[in-house]
Amino acid sequence: MPSYCSLPEAIAAHVHDGDCVAMEGFTHLIPFAAAHEVLRQGRRHLTLVRMTPDLIYDQLIGMGAADRLVFSWGGNPGVGSLHRLRDAVENGWPQPLALEEHSHAAMANAYEAGAANLPFAAFRGYIGVDLPKVNPRIRHIECPFTGELLAAVPAIRPDVTLIHAQRADREGNVLLDGIVGVQKQAVLAAKRAVVTVEEIVADLAAPGLNAVVLPSWTVTAIAEVPGGAYPSYAQGYYRRANAFYTQWDEISRDRDRFRGWIDEHVMKQGPEAFRAFTPRGR
Amino acid sequence: MDTPTTGSFSANEMMTIVAARALGDRDVCFVGIGAPSAACNLARLTHAPGITLIYESGTIGARPTVLPLSIGDGELCETALTTVSVPEMFRYWLQGGRITVGFLAGAQMDRYANLNTTVVGSYDKPKVRLPGGGGAPEIASSCQEIFITMPMSKRTFVDQLPFITSFGHGTGRGSRAALGLSTRGPTRVMTDLCVLEPDPDTRELQVTSLHPGVTEEATRAACGWPLRFSDRLTTTAAPSDRELAVLRDLQARSTAAHRENS
Repeated sequence: MPSYCSLPEAIAAHVHDGDCVAMEGFTHLIPFAAAHEVLRQGRRHLTLVRMTPDLIYDQLIGMGAADRLVFSWGGNPGVGSLHRLRDAVENGWPQPLALEEHSHAAMANAYEAGAANLPFAAFRGYIGVDLPKVNPRIRHIECPFTGELLAAVPAIRPDVTLIHAQRADREGNVLLDGIVGVQKQAVLAAKRAVVTVEEIVADLAAPGLNAVVLPSWTVTAIAEVPGGAYPSYAQGYYRRANAFYTQWDEISRDRDRFRGWIDEHVMKQGPEAFRAFTPRGR
Repeated sequence: MDTPTTGSFSANEMMTIVAARALGDRDVCFVGIGAPSAACNLARLTHAPGITLIYESGTIGARPTVLPLSIGDGELCETALTTVSVPEMFRYWLQGGRITVGFLAGAQMDRYANLNTTVVGSYDKPKVRLPGGGGAPEIASSCQEIFITMPMSKRTFVDQLPFITSFGHGTGRGSRAALGLSTRGPTRVMTDLCVLEPDPDTRELQVTSLHPGVTEEATRAACGWPLRFSDRLTTTAAPSDRELAVLRDLQARSTAAHRENS
């Protein structure tokens, strides 16, 4: 049974300086509230793992919380660059950022290998491309049955995975549905899992038999944070704030404006501020 | 083909429309974001209503009424036949060989349709850090064939790529086979000026069709390598009234939707 606690308590207890942290959610259910709490608590020297760094890691990187980034696509979807990520890579601001870069297929396979308690993942990939030349953790293995050369990447085993889900029941079982991304794999691959949810309910009320349900004993801590995925979205609760994703291009382009935005919208706020982004909170 | 329009159209509209025409009703298409997504949905809303559109977020058979801003907008999941996890998408559906066409765009391309979306300059000290590969490296190798759509300029159609993010035809004929690839790789590139296809012998891209009003000279001037033209060069059919109307409706709906904050 996971502990039910406030988000500040969950982050204080389970996310430490120097941790390898995965905050997953493939466009949908991105755990922004949890990331903001990590910033407020001043975590440093993190290894951040995420297929698409998105605005959530742009914010953490821009505030100097990360030493290392493991990722596969670092843009603002449909908008353009992640300016804080670019500034860190191109200019070392506010501090240098080491990159471990993969393809989506590699990371999806690596999470799955982590969940399956395997040391690495093998797949048919990286054929003819340059990433293996710049990432020594991309290697190759010969199939013992056919001799085919396959790509191999180490399993992802985060110290802690943070996700946002639609709901949890009182026993601590967690449900997510819609675009479910790699969250199940990322939770099962991690030593600890912290989940924020839109609501805690008596009955999960799974809409069908195939929703992703994480049994209570796979989750370390749960915090109820309505709106906690904004400006991404929670299917059935609120839509993606596409206009904010577009505005982020301007906010993040300039270092001072970015810092000002973080100060006002993250440092001087708490998780309860996210409620305003839900239809019920407006 | 419908009757050609009597009105005017932009080069970008022509690009999206000619890209849409490349898709068939029975295609199972892995859709890249941006220009490919517009082309794929235009095909679905015009001549290819049966097409299966797959986005890497896991949505299979998506039928969005507005173009998604990201590859994972809720609209895609709500309208999809089914939604699978991201590992399943890449393992069973893409690597499993279920996709007929991968539709990609890139920041830069060379004459053999290799793509760069990773860096300009060196990898360790990049002049411009681009988003990276995402799904593209394995889309490029696992789909039965690849269509590419991107506007043409000397900055984007380059002689030498600083980084190969997605493999096209390598250094020419035999490159794919040498790596054990049995998929066809890029078969068509749709730009704002022309359509290019690999030469059957050398695999170097050559212009097979110029869009209405575009000259060979203008096309050459927008390319970073000495561009070849097919012996059987044709003129692209101008957009029909229907193609233009459906595209403009789609773009207008999408722009309005993307202005909303949930």
